[in-house]
Amino acid sequence: MHSDPAEVKKTVRKYFMIGAALLVFTGITVVANLIHLAVPLAITVALIIATIKGSMVAAVFMHLNHEKKWIYGSLILTVVFFVVLLFVPLLTISDTFGTHINAPGPPTHGESGAERRD
Amino acid sequence: MNIPYTVETRPDTGLANGKLGIWLFLASEVMLFGALFSTYIILRTGAVEWPHGELSVLLGAINTVILISSSVTMVMAWASLKMNEWSKHRLYLILTFVLAGIFLVNKYFEYSEHLALGEGPWASTFLAIYFTLTGLHGLHIVGGMVVMAYFIGPGAKMAKTSPDQFTNRIEYTGLYWHFVDLVWIFLFPLLYLL
Repeated sequence: MHSDPAEVKKTVRKYFMIGAALLVFTGITVVANLIHLAVPLAITVALIIATIKGSMVAAVFMHLNHEKKWIYGSLILTVVFFVVLLFVPLLTISDTFGTHINAPGPPTHGESGAERRD
Repeated sequence: MNIPYTVETRPDTGLANGKLGIWLFLASEVMLFGALFSTYIILRTGAVEWPHGELSVLLGAINTVILISSSVTMVMAWASLKMNEWSKHRLYLILTFVLAGIFLVNKYFEYSEHLALGEGPWASTFLAIYFTLTGLHGLHIVGGMVVMAYFIGPGAKMAKTSPDQFTNRIEYTGLYWHFVDLVWIFLFPLLYLL
């Protein structure tokens, strides 16, 4: 973070330029949506643009391009846990760890379905 | 008793306590929104079909422009303080507050249009996650407006008694506000475009 007033004065122009760039990227996102790309490609393009915009906000407006190591440390930890959180839904799809599911077959002679389930 | 390290930096972290505090708060916010983004992924990947074109892209894009502009005015409110330009600081902070208000008014019209058509959060999975994500984001906007209103009003007195501490407080408010903008940058394409 800049603490010297002269340094801050130099960055003012940068803040407006980044603001303008963010507006341009927003326009590009909307225009890309009008092209009607295939869904996987559209998701990829939109998320890439959103990531670029987010990085600009974080780096310039939140001054992350020159912060102290404690801030970076806490953010790295956050990113790690965030990625884990995003991948948690995958466990609902591939949750076969330690379980073996057998499809029930037809009941044998003299045995009811309820007994088999027990 | 005075709270230590509100202006001067701690020797061990090299940061004022408030700065580290707001970043840790934002880290918890990342996890809060992360849980909901994760929910969005599981609902969307599990859905047989996902609606397109239910939301007004124009209103969403206008709100994106409003929030980006408010981020610029917020950082300028802080920069003006650093450059000892008090009247500019006031102007930029009030502008940020007004832009936040316009965002909420826009959202109100959007919500009421959906509710009038019976498209509440109960109507579909998409609308449920839409209202949850944008509702929580809207609450964050309200929270930011409350803090800004304090610094425009009674909290502004500190600028005379402890100007450095006041500048730091505006910086922390700005960090929170940019985070709220950052969340919207991802919400807009996910909900309105894809």
